[in-house]
Amino acid sequence: MGDIWDILPGLGDKLAAHVVLSASAIGLAMLIALPMAVWASRSKTVSRVALSLASLVQTIPALALLALFFPLLLSLRSVFGEGLPTLGFLPALMALTLYALLPILRNAVTAQANLDPEILEAADGVGMTKWQKLVLVEAPLSAPFIMAGIRTASVWTIGAATLATTIGQPSLGDPIFAGLQTQNWALVLAGCLASAGLALAADNLLWVIEVGLARRKRWMTFGGIAVVALGILAALWAQGAGSSEERRIVIASKQFSEQYILAQLIGARLEAAGYAVEYRDGLGSAVVHSAVASSSIDISVDYTGTIWTNYLNRSDNPGREAMYETIREWEWRENGVKVLGRLGFENAYAFAMREDRARELGVASLTDLAAVAPRLTVGGDPEFFERPEWIAVKDAYSLNFARNRNFAPTFMYNALQSGEADVISAYTSDGRIAADRLVVLADPKGALPSYDAMLMLSPRIAADEGVIAALEPLIGAISVEAMREANLAVDREDAQKMTPKGAAAGLADKAGL
Amino acid sequence: MTSPAPLLRFDGVICRFGEVTAVGGVTCDIAPGCFAALVGASGSGKSTLLKTVNTLVQPTTGRVLFAGEDVSDLKPARLRRRVGYVFQGIGLFPHFSVAENIAIGPRLTGETLPPERIAELLDLVELDAAMGTRMPDELSGGQRQRVGVARALAGEPELLIMDEPFGALDPITRDALGRKVRELHERLGLTTVMVTHDMAEALLLADRVLVMDRGQLVADETPRALLAGAGGDVAQGLVAVPRQQAERLAALEVSGEASR
Repeated sequence: MGDIWDILPGLGDKLAAHVVLSASAIGLAMLIALPMAVWASRSKTVSRVALSLASLVQTIPALALLALFFPLLLSLRSVFGEGLPTLGFLPALMALTLYALLPILRNAVTAQANLDPEILEAADGVGMTKWQKLVLVEAPLSAPFIMAGIRTASVWTIGAATLATTIGQPSLGDPIFAGLQTQNWALVLAGCLASAGLALAADNLLWVIEVGLARRKRWMTFGGIAVVALGILAALWAQGAGSSEERRIVIASKQFSEQYILAQLIGARLEAAGYAVEYRDGLGSAVVHSAVASSSIDISVDYTGTIWTNYLNRSDNPGREAMYETIREWEWRENGVKVLGRLGFENAYAFAMREDRARELGVASLTDLAAVAPRLTVGGDPEFFERPEWIAVKDAYSLNFARNRNFAPTFMYNALQSGEADVISAYTSDGRIAADRLVVLADPKGALPSYDAMLMLSPRIAADEGVIAALEPLIGAISVEAMREANLAVDREDAQKMTPKGAAAGLADKAGL
Repeated sequence: MTSPAPLLRFDGVICRFGEVTAVGGVTCDIAPGCFAALVGASGSGKSTLLKTVNTLVQPTTGRVLFAGEDVSDLKPARLRRRVGYVFQGIGLFPHFSVAENIAIGPRLTGETLPPERIAELLDLVELDAAMGTRMPDELSGGQRQRVGVARALAGEPELLIMDEPFGALDPITRDALGRKVRELHERLGLTTVMVTHDMAEALLLADRVLVMDRGQLVADETPRALLAGAGGDVAQGLVAVPRQQAERLAALEVSGEASR
């Protein structure tokens, strides 16, 4: 794991983005929570409603909260116009702010409720107005407790900010998500170390401020505030230095190796053609399509089956060609998205088994599988058993397994090897199918829809001839074997493991580009 | 006897909190320069009545007039500067030094007390001027209440109201501080109203003792008249306690044995 030390210095810009995002969220949460706490201290109803709402927000998983702001902002575009950003900093800021509210609000309300009633009586007795009482007595006496709440909020926020990666906001989550998908553990650890280090540093600095407030040591309070301010300023400066005004072409990738490789392949071709590109890696699958449609990102690779079921809401299977043509026409008409073409391979759902196990059970197709299924365990990725494909296959072949188990895609193959699953929902372009010597079961009834990989261009660049010229050679150029090989190069864990960029270069050679 | 215009007048004051009537209709005048003690058992309404003076409590009906003006018409900050307030809890601000605590009243109206004035106020309550830089948690209970009194006097009030001011102090400190306050009352020409449940303290310090029972004013006498048997049953019940204690102490001195 010596490579961690090579990776860490390269995370400077992610760190700066992480600091700016977290600090903005905490600052905004303070601006909201502190006046709210004052109001809550004057009214029991406000206190109860505010605290319940803040607690409710906490029960939403951070990942879901972040993702929810995308459709929300998208719908708000009808009010604020098309300029309203729907991905990146704004939704991340809003979600993290909501998340940071509770600890700050709760501590501030508790601190006010626990103020010594005799001191409050004295404040009235010496003739303080409500405002004077707040500024001269309540605020300074509550400050250490409020600071403790801000500390808690900061640690949470810095941790949760790693998830901002999934909605296209650069953060220290970028190396974590990229590493998780490509099984590059050094990358994952580097991201975790950096964000944990940042959280610890913030916690300690804010602790100094808290102690300074509690013990009335001004040098500690102001010293702590000064260091925090310097850190934020440095991050802002670093971010400002790194960004240029001109809009780049933004290439998205979802959270799996193939997407990272294809994004690099597309990026390399565009750069060769003189374009400045930017990558939004590890986006949540659900946001990618709307992000392209709204030009928040410019290029993505999506799959016919995904669009067919999730966006056209179709459950029938008209056949591979008809499905593609329908989608292409629909995207252009409804969203202004240009489907440039198919890359030439499919990444479909398929059922895979170990070769020896399949032979032993005499299974070669889904029809054969149905006969032995009641004795077997099926493994799927976390969403698989909710997907229409699963329901379609189950119904078509009357499949009835002894057990259904969820695995992260990466671990599904391990489960197959270790016997924890007998059959898994594999992806046809996955390199591990060949590497692990798996058999893909035939689908004689055509229950599984096709998943042709398509190159999608946002309305913003749909008519950009330079972009089209640079990317057109990719159409039809990538065979499923070539894609499997590239995926395996990234997913493997031995000395021949490659980065997505390296695998993309290999793929380009293979495709004769 | 023609009395001067009262500094403080309670005019039919009734205070209700929900179902409970704390003060059930009190009418009475306090003349300038008077040291009045408001005595009664716990729950008799004496503290509530006192707090209507600086509007910490609003009467349900009735009025409180301070120098002829209805206190509810006066700005609280202005009123409370003219009415020094000392209470059992003291309520020194823990994040202010002694000097800052003393100067808080004038500071609220934009005035900064010079260090000489703070030293003078500390001197009034027999504290060293060097105490000014200490924080409240470095003081003893008695010192704290002295600071509390100095704070109440900082705005040069016309009226001093005290709610069980010495209740939390040990007997020696309590006696010394009681005498000190009486002396300051004379020296500064104050009008003072003190709430206490200790009849001995009231008899020894006040010119006039008002006895409250269940929200009503049931006696209004000089200490001498009370000791002579005036004021009715409730008042005499309260006077009986210190009197019997004194008699038993006297007997103990003579016979060497207390009558129990």
